[in-house]
Amino acid sequence: MLKNRIIPCLDVKNGRVVKGINFVDLQDAGDPVEQVKIYSDGGADEICFLDITASNENRDTIYDVVEKTSKKCFVPLTVGGGVRSVEDINKLLNCGADKVSINTAAVQNPEVVLESSKKFGSQCIVVAIDAKKNGDKWEIFTHGGRNNTGTNAIEFAKKMEDSGAGELLVTSMDRDGTQVGYDIELMSKISSKVNIPVIASGGVGNLDHLVDGIKLGNASAVLAASIFHYGKYSVKEAKEYLDLKGIPVRI
Amino acid sequence: MNVTIVDYNSGNISSVINSFKEVAKDKVNIDVTSDLNKIKSSDKVVLPGQGSFKSCVDALNNISGLVDTLNEFAINNKKPLLGICVGLQMFADVGFEETETKGLSWISGKVSKIDNQNGKYKLPHIGWNEINITKDSKIFKGIKNKSHMYFVHSYEFVPEDKNVISATTDYSSNIVCSVEKENIFGTQFHPEKSDKIGLKIINNFISL
Repeated sequence: MLKNRIIPCLDVKNGRVVKGINFVDLQDAGDPVEQVKIYSDGGADEICFLDITASNENRDTIYDVVEKTSKKCFVPLTVGGGVRSVEDINKLLNCGADKVSINTAAVQNPEVVLESSKKFGSQCIVVAIDAKKNGDKWEIFTHGGRNNTGTNAIEFAKKMEDSGAGELLVTSMDRDGTQVGYDIELMSKISSKVNIPVIASGGVGNLDHLVDGIKLGNASAVLAASIFHYGKYSVKEAKEYLDLKGIPVRI
Repeated sequence: MNVTIVDYNSGNISSVINSFKEVAKDKVNIDVTSDLNKIKSSDKVVLPGQGSFKSCVDALNNISGLVDTLNEFAINNKKPLLGICVGLQMFADVGFEETETKGLSWISGKVSKIDNQNGKYKLPHIGWNEINITKDSKIFKGIKNKSHMYFVHSYEFVPEDKNVISATTDYSSNIVCSVEKENIFGTQFHPEKSDKIGLKIINNFISL
């Protein structure tokens, strides 16, 4: 039986982990290699890097991070943030990323998804959808949630599936950072609309939220950042809790 | 000993390289090349493959003499070869991804799309699934039945002779996820991304 996945996400800025596990015994909390090792030893099913480097001159630092990390990371590694072109995707894959997540570029130029999935295969193309509720529908935001495109998120999800995306990483902008739980309605609407796996993101504050994302939101995988960053729960604890609630996980 | 990972522009093979180098350490030399002489002289060959069946077969055929060299290595000289993902699928006679495409015909059978039962099962089959080991395979030495492996694929290899199957996984139906025929080994899952247990499979292959 296929297991539901737990994916911890690390924020990387200028080549350093800026939001990672705050363990006191960590030699260097900013070292991506060390952070990834803790997560994968703890049973993370995949690892996600979100590059939040703001300035253009430091953009290349993510390639070094991916190259160093992937040599010691033997579970799938997804990298996103600032991916603009087929060439960016090619560079990240060559550095050792297994999947690349595309956000703004997918909305501005869906051809990037079509072209890259043809070139590299759907298995490595994840489209990140940042959506916010407006009335009775959800709209897509780009540029890290700053720009409202007015695009209907659920229709866009279907379009991305048709363009060759292998997975969708769906983040609720309303819930992100709030720790009140995923936007279950959004997750289940998108999940029932498409036949590719959906990864739920945005809003996790406790382990029941992970359960809800899978049971009610029909997500194939759940992504979380802060509950793991601040040591509130370990990946192992999260998996044991899901197992207890009858959700199939790899233990 | 020399192990060659065939680099034939079949997509992203960095993870395969990283994991083999991690396992090989200094004991075994890992080459990454499409150089025919190097392949001929190596002890073992790894055939990775990402993207579609057609794109991988086309990429193999684009390198002049590569298919003949692989045939000589695996079929005539019977040296150990491991196919991973589409690398395994290409052992078949024919694949149906994109369009009907001839494979290497090393193990009779076809590669067809997984039946998603009208959307009941999402495709690609992505994530960790248990393997049911159906026969003793040298690459499963020390691997427990029901171990978890990482999968990402939408097509499955259906061999004619069921005796070649060494493991299956349950997704929509019993999908063939590992084969062994004499010196030819293949895994549909990605040992290079299957954590420590996957590295063990790689070690088993290297140690053959």
